[in-house]
Amino acid sequence: MSSKNLDTLYRQVIMDHYKNPRNKGVLEDDSLTINMNNPTCGDRIQLTLKLEDGKVADAKFEGEGCSISMSSASMMTQAIKGKNIEEALKLSKVFSDMMLGKEYDEDDLDLGDIEALQGVSQFPARIKCATLAWKAMEKGVSTEKEEQE
Amino acid sequence: MNAREIRQMFPILDQEVNGKPLVYLDSSATSQKPVPVIETLDKYYREYNSNVHRGVHTLGTRATDGYEGAREKVRKFINAKSTEEVIFTRGTTTSINTVAASFGRTNLTEGDEIVISYMEHHSNIIPWQQVAKHTGATLKYLPLQEDGTISLEDVRETVTADTKIVSIMQVSNVLGVMNPIKEIAKIAHENGAIMVVDGAQSAPHMKIDVQDLDCDFLAFSAHKMCGPTGIGVLYGKKKHLEKMEPVEFGGEMIDFVGLYESTWKELPWKFEGGTPIIAGAIGLGAAIDFLEQIGLEEIEAYEHKLAAYAMEKMSAIDGMTIYGPKEASKRAGLVTFNIDDVHPHDVATVLDAEGIAVRAGHHCAQPLMKWLKVSATARASFYLYNTEEDIDKLVSGLVKTKEYFSDVF
Repeated sequence: MSSKNLDTLYRQVIMDHYKNPRNKGVLEDDSLTINMNNPTCGDRIQLTLKLEDGKVADAKFEGEGCSISMSSASMMTQAIKGKNIEEALKLSKVFSDMMLGKEYDEDDLDLGDIEALQGVSQFPARIKCATLAWKAMEKGVSTEKEEQE
Repeated sequence: MNAREIRQMFPILDQEVNGKPLVYLDSSATSQKPVPVIETLDKYYREYNSNVHRGVHTLGTRATDGYEGAREKVRKFINAKSTEEVIFTRGTTTSINTVAASFGRTNLTEGDEIVISYMEHHSNIIPWQQVAKHTGATLKYLPLQEDGTISLEDVRETVTADTKIVSIMQVSNVLGVMNPIKEIAKIAHENGAIMVVDGAQSAPHMKIDVQDLDCDFLAFSAHKMCGPTGIGVLYGKKKHLEKMEPVEFGGEMIDFVGLYESTWKELPWKFEGGTPIIAGAIGLGAAIDFLEQIGLEEIEAYEHKLAAYAMEKMSAIDGMTIYGPKEASKRAGLVTFNIDDVHPHDVATVLDAEGIAVRAGHHCAQPLMKWLKVSATARASFYLYNTEEDIDKLVSGLVKTKEYFSDVF
C-alpha cells in the first residue's frame, strides 16, 4: 500500500483532533452562528463565535464530516480563540495559501497544530474539506466587521 | 459475455493511478467509453461536422442523417412507437426539468399532488419542488421499506385521485434497488396520473421497453451508458408531447417566426431549440450499437453476478454496513456502504491511493441519506467491464483501509 503518501495526509495530530475534537459544542447568548456545508459531499458545520472588543473571545463548532473537515474545524477554533479579528483573518489567509501549496507568510503568527494539515494540499479532492471551517469563520467575522464599520 | 475481452475496448482502463492499475468502480457516476464510441466522435469531427436540418450541402446532409439516425437507434433501444417521441436533451436532469416545466406547470394546480419517493436523486426531486411552488400542488413522498424497497401497498395508499404525476427512478443510484415501474405506472394510471421514469441508472444496465412499462415519460443520460457527456433523452408519449409547450425557444425549433408570434416545428424538434448536440447524439447511437451487440440481457445478468459476488465478499468484512436489500437478486450492480469509524471520504482517499475509484458523499440524494440516517456513504458501482478481480481488489483495499485507520488512531 502506498501509505507513504497517505501518511502525509493522515497525521497523528489530525487524527487526534478528529477523535478528540476541541471546542465541540454550541455557544449560547449573543454569539454569532454560521452554518456552512459542502454541498458536493455532505460535510456540514455550525460555528458559533463570541466576538468581544474586536477579539474572538470564544468559538465552538458542531457538525459532521470526514476526518479532515472535522479536525480542521477543531484546530481552527483552537487557533483563533483569543486572537483579534485581523489576526484571525490573517491566519485564514495563511491557511488558504497553505492549502493551495503556495508559500505562506507566517509572520509572527503561531500556527500550532494547523501546520499538520499541510499535507492536504497534495490531495486536491480534499482541500474543500479542510477549508470548510475556515470559510465559515471568515464569513462570520467579516459580517461582524462590516456591521461595525 | 466476456468481460475481459470487453475491457480491452476501454482504453482508459489500461492505466496506472497512484502507481497501481486503475480499478474503476464509479460507473454509476459516469461510465467509461469504448473505442467504437470514441472513434465515432472522432470521425464525426474529422469528416462530417456540420449543422443539421438546414444546410443544403453534402456535409449538412451527412450530419443530419447521422443525428436522425441516432434518434431511430434510441427509438428502437427503448421500443418507442415513433421517433416523434424521442427528444434529445442535455441529460436526465434536463429531461425531467422539461417535463416539470412544460407538463407540470401547465397541468397542475392547487390541490393536485405529485408523488415521488425518498430514494430519488436530486434531479427527480427539485424540479417537482419547483412545480409545487409555482402551482400550489403538493409534493408527496413514498415511504421505503426497511430494506429500501418500495411496496406497492404504499404506492396504492400514497397515490390518490388528486395525484397528477408519479415520478420514480427505475434503479436507485444508492440502494441499487430495482423498482417495479410497470406496476407503479398501472396504479398511477388507475388514478388518472401520469408516470415519469428516471432511467439514468437503468438504461445503461437493462432492457427498457417503454410500451411494456407503459410510462408516459422516460429520462436517461448517454454518459452513464458508454456514450458521451452532455447528451441524453426524453421519451414522451406523443399524446402528451403534442399538447406540451417547448421550454427553450430560438433557432431550430420554429416553424414560422413573425414579429410578435411564432409557431413551432412538429415533434420532436419543437423541444430541441438551438443547434442540437449533434456529435453527442451520434456518439449515443454508437454506444447503443455497442451495448446491443453485447446484449442488454447479458449485461444485466453479468452485473447481477458481480453484485452478488461483491455483496458476499464485502459483507464478510467486519464493521461493514451495506445499504439496500441484502438479497443480490433485488439489486443492480452497485454496493453502497460504510465502514465503522471511518468516514466515507477517508475510505475513498485510501482506496484512491490503491488505484481504486469509488464515490463518496451523499450521491445527490440528501433526502435518502436522511432516511438512512447517515450524512454520507461510499459506493462501488460496476459495469460490463468490471470483473470479480476488481471486486477482490476493492475488498482487500477496504481491509487495508480499516487497518490503516485503526493504526493511526
